[in-house]
Amino acid sequence: MYVAVKGGERAIANSHRLLDEARRGNPAVPELSLEQISEQLGLAVDRVMTEGSLYDRELAALAIKQARGDLIEAIFLLRAYRTTLPRLAVTEPIETSDMAVRRRISATFKDLPGGQVLGPTFDYTHRLLDFGLADTGGDAPEAEEGNPETLNGPVPRVLEILNHEGLIQREEKGEHREPSGDLTRESIAFPAERDVRLQNLARGDEGFLLAMGYSTQRGFGGNHPFAGEIRMGEVSVEIVPEELGFPIEIGEITVTECESINQFKGSAKEPPQFTRGYGLTFGHCERKAIAMALVDRALRCHELGEDATAPAQDEEFVLMHSDNVEASGFLQHLKLPHYVDFQGELVLIRNLRAEAEAKARAEEAEAKEKATADAAREAAE
Amino acid sequence: MSQTATAAVGTSAATGGYNFAYLDEQTKRMIRRAILKAVAVPGYQVPFGSREMPLPYGWGTGGIQVTASVIGPEDRLKVIDQGADDTTNAVSIRRFFARTAGVETTTRTAEATIIQTRHRVPEEPLKDDQILVYQVPIPEPLRWLEPRERETRKMHALQEYGGMHVRLYEDIARFGQIATSYNYPVLVNDRYLMAPSPIPKFDNPKMDRMPALQLFGAGREKRIYAVPPYTPVKSLDFEDYPFEVQTWEDCCALCGATDSYLDEVITDDKGGHMYVCSDTDYCEARRAEGHRGPQAGTSFTDDERDE
Repeated sequence: MYVAVKGGERAIANSHRLLDEARRGNPAVPELSLEQISEQLGLAVDRVMTEGSLYDRELAALAIKQARGDLIEAIFLLRAYRTTLPRLAVTEPIETSDMAVRRRISATFKDLPGGQVLGPTFDYTHRLLDFGLADTGGDAPEAEEGNPETLNGPVPRVLEILNHEGLIQREEKGEHREPSGDLTRESIAFPAERDVRLQNLARGDEGFLLAMGYSTQRGFGGNHPFAGEIRMGEVSVEIVPEELGFPIEIGEITVTECESINQFKGSAKEPPQFTRGYGLTFGHCERKAIAMALVDRALRCHELGEDATAPAQDEEFVLMHSDNVEASGFLQHLKLPHYVDFQGELVLIRNLRAEAEAKARAEEAEAKEKATADAAREAAE
Repeated sequence: MSQTATAAVGTSAATGGYNFAYLDEQTKRMIRRAILKAVAVPGYQVPFGSREMPLPYGWGTGGIQVTASVIGPEDRLKVIDQGADDTTNAVSIRRFFARTAGVETTTRTAEATIIQTRHRVPEEPLKDDQILVYQVPIPEPLRWLEPRERETRKMHALQEYGGMHVRLYEDIARFGQIATSYNYPVLVNDRYLMAPSPIPKFDNPKMDRMPALQLFGAGREKRIYAVPPYTPVKSLDFEDYPFEVQTWEDCCALCGATDSYLDEVITDDKGGHMYVCSDTDYCEARRAEGHRGPQAGTSFTDDERDE
């Protein structure tokens, strides 16, 4: 008798209950609070906010908790929530020169106005497991106060210093569109404008951008980057309410910015100069910001008249495959039933095999017949 | 197995605090504009601002957005996946609309005003007051010939479809037949080459001059396209190699149907298998009429088999 192979409503409900149980884990272990996630898994929260395109630490922490620490699932949860939110206003562009810098480094100059500020970084830590962290309840470590003079006041951007000399590609102010494009409202078209490209990369999967950026370093579309500047800190967010006509500050966000400086020997269109790539993320996502800058630079090959030969320079390839919510959904849809299609393939393969076998049999029979005929002829002779 | 989820429609209690059918009205208007354009240019893929849905991309987000934009409180919705109403994803999507729109749902093809489908066209002919919404994974029929959107859009603009014919010809040269069993390319209204979504080619003839409106939603790829009622839909073929659909030597083991698309069910680990209708509603309706297949207990008579 036909055994039901199809899942039902009850199976789904039961599976969801199992998921809830698995999420909670051993009930004897205290449950995580959103504050704990947001405070102690802060970089996970930062990544989820960046790729989820929503700056809200509490919601990102909730998404991480709900997703059992699966960050791509958490990003998906945050995106699905974000899309239901009304758009109240468009902010003014943030001014990262006015950032309250917590970290600022340049790999291109030894010293520079504003100084080098290491800030909280894994750089120069020895990656030795700290068994002291295994015990909870220790004293909270406290860092020394920094020199307020170096950390306050505007910190000029490194690339602006080069810009004074005309050594680096100019970013024309008038180039950006008003309002800038938004690929969450309109589907992307190719060739894409740079605003949409940057938006795509900012939302893009960190792992994907890391691999793409890395590939340019290894010679697939090499563009020899220097980390011109990486800075992380707080910037204020402003909007201009229509009835006021001037900007007012509505809050503060943490961002990480990377501007890369890349070699460029000049082309038919452009004189030799340094060129730029740009990366920006919410929170502290340094690896992502650098990777984004590298990929952004690689994708600027057309405007600089370079040959696009490598995957990272292929706009459609990069932009259509960078989004992990899209990629993860489509990849995992393979779990959905495909038995109708598969049945079609089964019918086809059986037909093709039947034909091939029939042909083989016919050939065999023909060969046999010929052999018998030959033998008979020989015997007759 | 019939599901009904009637509730006071439009109240926030029925829709769980969300707008009717989840999407906000602005978004629905944007999608309806895309649908209107798609209907006006049959088979042409209209880009639209696909939203992130609470279901994953690749699991029917395009179809869900199309359904959400055309559904009203009076509608009766049927959702199928692989032809069946009780496959997990169909259950999930139907529940989504029962929850966010509070509309009545049904498993009966004839009773539905909107049918959202993945991978099948119902066996029962559709009528002109019905809408069939397809979930589409890859809307571009030329994608396997040319991966780049910039190029394929140009090919459509120039009606440059020779490459597809060459591919089909190469199949014939190698295998003696066209080796595409699903998502078989069609030409709509003698103009646009269109991916019918991964329905088996068995279903292609049903699309031709169908009285119902056919809408196609691809959420991840952000495209909507349509086949208006009574529009010619031609499966590509050659004069000497005409288009053919799948056939089976067996009949449905439950209802005895010989004219429906059959799923193969493995019954043991020694190669034993049986065939059943992929369209569960069609199969149930036939059994209700008294048709019996070889495995359904009582045997059927020839009279019953010939409807």
